Amino acid sequence: MSNKEKSRDKAAQEMIKKAQEEGVETAWDRKEAMKACVYGDAGTCCRLCLMGPCRINPNKPDEKQGVCGATADTIVARNLARLIAGGTSAHSDHGRHIVHALKLAAEGKMPGYEIKDAGKLLRVAKEFGIEIENRQVQEVAVELARKGEEEFGKQDGRLTFLNRAPKKRQAIWKDFGVEPRGIDREVVEIMHRTTMGVDHDPYDILLSSFRTSLADGWGGSMIATEFTDILLSTPKPIRSQANLGVLKEGAVNIVIHGHEPLLSDSIGRVARNPEMVKKAQEAGAQEGINVAGLCCTGNEVLMRQGYPIAGNHLHQELAIVTGAVEVMVTDVQCLMPSLAQITSYYHTRLLTTSPLARFPGVLHIEFEPEKALEVAQRIVELAIENFKNRDPQKVRIPEEKMSLVAGFSHETINYMLGGRFRASYRPLNDAIIWGRIKGVVGIVGCNNPRTSQDVFHVSLAEELIKNDILVVSTGCAAGAFAKAGLLLPEAAEKAGPGLKEVCEAVGMPPVLHAGSCVDNSRILVACCEMVREGGLGDDISDLPVAGVAPEWMSEKAEAIAHYFVASGVSVFLGIPHPTWGSSKMEKLLYQEIEEIFGARFYKEGDPQRMAAKVIDLINHKREKLGINRKPARVLYDMAMRRELPVE
Amino acid sequence: MSKFILSQAIIGSHKIVTKAKEQLEKAIAEKGEDFPIKPPDTAYFVPIIYSILGHKVEKLADFKPVIEEAEKLLPEPPSEKVWLPYLGPALDAGMATLFAEEVIEFTKPALGQSQAEGIWLGPPDDVILRERGVEFTDGRAPGFAVVVGAAPDSESAVKLAQELQATNLYTFFCGHTNGVSIAEQLNEAGVELGWHTRLIPFGKDIYSAVYAVGFAARAAMVFSDIPPGDFRRILLYVKNRIFAFILALGFIDEEKYATAAGAINWGVPVITDQNIPSIYPTGICLYEHVVPNIPIQEMVSKALETRGLKVEVVKVDLPVAYGPAFEGERVRKENLFAEFGGTRTPSFELLVMKPFEEVEDGKITVDGPDLDSLPAEGGKLPLAIVVKVAGSKMKKEFESVLERQIHRFVNHASGVMHIGQRDVNWIRISREAYEKGFRLRHLGEAIRASLHAEYGRVVDKVEVEIYSDEEKVKALMEEARKIYHERDERMRALTDSAVDLFYSCTLCQSFAPSHVCVISPERIGLCGAYTWLDAQAHFEMEPTGGNQPIEKGALLDEEKGIWEGVNEFVKRHSHGKIEQVSLYSMIHDPMTCCGCFEVILAILPMCNGIMAVQRGYTGMTPVGMSFSTLAGMVGGGQQTPGFMGVGKAYLTSPKFISADGGLLRLVWMPKDLKEELRPGLQKRAEELGYPDLVDMIADETIATTEEEVLAYLQEKGHPALNLESVL
Repeated sequence: MSNKEKSRDKAAQEMIKKAQEEGVETAWDRKEAMKACVYGDAGTCCRLCLMGPCRINPNKPDEKQGVCGATADTIVARNLARLIAGGTSAHSDHGRHIVHALKLAAEGKMPGYEIKDAGKLLRVAKEFGIEIENRQVQEVAVELARKGEEEFGKQDGRLTFLNRAPKKRQAIWKDFGVEPRGIDREVVEIMHRTTMGVDHDPYDILLSSFRTSLADGWGGSMIATEFTDILLSTPKPIRSQANLGVLKEGAVNIVIHGHEPLLSDSIGRVARNPEMVKKAQEAGAQEGINVAGLCCTGNEVLMRQGYPIAGNHLHQELAIVTGAVEVMVTDVQCLMPSLAQITSYYHTRLLTTSPLARFPGVLHIEFEPEKALEVAQRIVELAIENFKNRDPQKVRIPEEKMSLVAGFSHETINYMLGGRFRASYRPLNDAIIWGRIKGVVGIVGCNNPRTSQDVFHVSLAEELIKNDILVVSTGCAAGAFAKAGLLLPEAAEKAGPGLKEVCEAVGMPPVLHAGSCVDNSRILVACCEMVREGGLGDDISDLPVAGVAPEWMSEKAEAIAHYFVASGVSVFLGIPHPTWGSSKMEKLLYQEIEEIFGARFYKEGDPQRMAAKVIDLINHKREKLGINRKPARVLYDMAMRRELPVE
Repeated sequence: MSKFILSQAIIGSHKIVTKAKEQLEKAIAEKGEDFPIKPPDTAYFVPIIYSILGHKVEKLADFKPVIEEAEKLLPEPPSEKVWLPYLGPALDAGMATLFAEEVIEFTKPALGQSQAEGIWLGPPDDVILRERGVEFTDGRAPGFAVVVGAAPDSESAVKLAQELQATNLYTFFCGHTNGVSIAEQLNEAGVELGWHTRLIPFGKDIYSAVYAVGFAARAAMVFSDIPPGDFRRILLYVKNRIFAFILALGFIDEEKYATAAGAINWGVPVITDQNIPSIYPTGICLYEHVVPNIPIQEMVSKALETRGLKVEVVKVDLPVAYGPAFEGERVRKENLFAEFGGTRTPSFELLVMKPFEEVEDGKITVDGPDLDSLPAEGGKLPLAIVVKVAGSKMKKEFESVLERQIHRFVNHASGVMHIGQRDVNWIRISREAYEKGFRLRHLGEAIRASLHAEYGRVVDKVEVEIYSDEEKVKALMEEARKIYHERDERMRALTDSAVDLFYSCTLCQSFAPSHVCVISPERIGLCGAYTWLDAQAHFEMEPTGGNQPIEKGALLDEEKGIWEGVNEFVKRHSHGKIEQVSLYSMIHDPMTCCGCFEVILAILPMCNGIMAVQRGYTGMTPVGMSFSTLAGMVGGGQQTPGFMGVGKAYLTSPKFISADGGLLRLVWMPKDLKEELRPGLQKRAEELGYPDLVDMIADETIATTEEEVLAYLQEKGHPALNLESVL
């Protein structure tokens, strides 16, 4: 595979070449050396007990059963369930950490942190049934944090945020028994259900998997998003830049990588401290300290503080290859173990900060919320100290950097469409009803070296916006769009005439960056709001919307994909589920599940064909809503005016 | 692209907010922080600020937080590249502009400037608002146009104004183009401006646009139960009830863009003759937000289409313009050509129902000399207008209902004025109308066409006979008087106890959601416009409309006028908010009020009586509040014991607050109202055995405080003093 085929990103191509020249191995090299495991890919490898471990030839699934008698169908269903459990646990544990931090901050035990969005605190508190009249913000926050913690440990009842869904959707969840109770309980139960000798019915396992995924989307992830907004502020439109070119030769570069933005928030603040800047300059870094993000921690600090983002998932190694990164600070998730090895070729110090995520032989400075600022200070100082160890021979920062606008939280969308006084989704719904915008598609998910980096993301998005489909994005997909310039408002020029007109009226880009991967919950909230605003059916599954994960790789993506389908949004996969060893599971996932949720999975490996399929689905939904042709202009007489709502 | 428009709006908003801040500082420096801000006769303070922020401005200092709020709302203009979303921020900038413009306009008095000057009327008071507001609530006025700037020439200005009048809209003028305003163009062309012609010049500066927006904001507060400060509902209420739009003529500067951005918040789109970018995507307004490049002669139809407004216009074949906008137009002596009635000549009008075969539909006969017979300088003629109608659903009782419409139908013709009714009518025709070809036949045509258009469900055939020969008129008048007398006798027999059905009136319920009017033969609707017979006729015409029959059901309290069926109906139609209504009491479960009442009653405890004050009386009353302040308390579909809004005619009804002591309780009312109602009041006073009662009732020439009223009552021996305690 040529370097051009590895990534569409010129900066990446340049750094892959540099790594090759310097004898440094990257994910692409390892991918070339790694033949994917067929059994893993088909889902027919079972190592739940040691009577085997067993594997069933996915091409002849009926020929054999596991030692215990498990069929390929059962094995595939259990393996998929455990991926979802893994993904749900990751998002949810992230959420838990945020809730804990909110509590500490509200109790005054986390110096430097305070409630940044009191308005949202009160709104969310009300959803949790917390009395807010005549109470101190801190007091409400502590009670909310406690209620938030309870969501994880609840044994029965249902998750509070499920109430946000349209009534019809809630009824579907109830009728099919997939309402999640407590977040932890769902993860534990699915693990129990899929351990050796418990649940053997693929259908039953799959429904439980959906329930677990809902505990992610409407539980862990939504809590992570909402509570982070309360603590660190709700994102607003903000300008920044993306790609490796944001690293500065003349500055101490600190790259923050992972998913939880708590420590990064402090690092950012410490890095701006004039004393620290002076120290950096004294160490020879004339441009001071440059903090750049990677992956979803990068998205979090980009969305809230406008820190530049050095790249998405496959850029993590390449950032180090620039030779210009003093420190890479990690927290949790999507950290390649190779980072430890790759930093050894350069002066870059890799630092772990989460007690959950350590590398052998790598310096660990634990993030203790109570000492967040001290820890951050230590890290920044370490970076400054390390500046002198830079090897000028090895420094090469690609020129590529792209301007962007991010910060499209649900609140931003609501505000930008009507201002403070008329904030609503009405203009969006209207644009869809009148056909200026045909539909809304969420393109989300990771990078995966099985496919050329960002190619699928970008060519799909370009095709969709050209067809008047608004794209909303999170995670590493958003990173791809940032680098490709699709997050620029000027990118409206690439959109079809209808979408372009709306983008120009609002001043927004045709691709909206909604945040990190837990922030996919923002898309759920946006869908609910579109239903509530009216004119587009009465359930999420009626909306002309879809989700796409073109380059996914993580268990978390499986959890996300499932909670979207269970919420009524069909999901298109660029890389299929690891389930092809079971025709029964394939039929359930890609066909039959639609009868329950009004949504299902699609798979398609080619961006253009994928775009055509997505557009087909959107048109089908429009047809069903009766909005596939331009509505007639209605002129209102007095009797009709009387019928108009004023609430 | 819209970025240009919204950038201009944001830049303009900064300028206007700065100007407002400077003007406020100057005013405070000159007059001090406590200088009172008193918009003319209103209970709604400075209305946009009050409706959106819930903030009452009563003195100069109260504007300071408003300026701070406006400054907070001001965004940066969008950058040339990598701009941030600007629609929301520009709408905020627009709202900040409206706040600032109110500051500019309402601090004028503190700086010794007038808000109304020359042709410019400045802020309308609550009297006008309530009077005109009724037309917005029942649909007679579908909305309003705000015309900004100047027309290319006076001819197109006049044409535009007439076109707007013909759509029944109110037209507000503000702003100018290079020092010329369309209102001035119209004035110079001799077009009559004012509330009575629905062409209202607010002010020459664009800032005066806040009077138009403020009018809508106040209508929302008057007629709905939305509390000030509940901005979202106020804005949606205006968007969905009061269909307004802006016609921008001539060059649009930054300040106009900023003002337009403010108006868009209220669902008000902009249509302009200028070549500027468009904003077509919908959502804040019902349809497009900014529609450019529309030639002036196409603007009105484009505006109606853009606003989504269906206007039903009665097509009448007349040589002059025709429509409600001309209803209030006067024909003054200097324009007068022909005159009828009004004690000058014998004159009357009569509408009678005839068997189907006796009416030739569309036939209009003129028997006697026409206007051409008058000398060149004009003159007067006797006149009889006899309208014969037939219809399968027509009833004898509807005759008087339809006959009363003649006043309106004739008045709607431009250049024709009608006052009074029956044999006390008075009609004037202007020289201009005569010169355009208006003849007696056209009176008949106006009546015929309008009856068909508005009352087509009960009237199938209409024939009009017009007589101008004095002898014939006199002879026919004798016949007519017999008919009037018979009707009066029938009406006298029509009492609350004589009927099984009352009628509801919820015509304004879309505006006042929990208000339900109950109309009985002896209690007219509180707006004074709908009697029991009117309601019955409307029900016949529109069985699912705003007037529904109410089965009285079991009588629960004869004295207070409480019926089981009425209670059930009111409960259901007020969405459970009102449990019980008594028809004859203002103290126990009084009827609710929308905002359209003609008169407000209020208890004067010290006098053991009540006072009445009519809309239009601007002075202080003994209860210590003006009509407008009182009206602000009782409206919005609330039951407020001790206060009540009623129709004028109810004061002369035998059932007038009979549970509370009736007419004998009335101790104060403005002189004008007393004189207007004197014949009816006198009749009731005699029936009650107090023939001198009317003159025992104090008025503003006698007393304006409760103490003074009491002294007068004691001096005159007013019977209220001997009634049981009013509380």
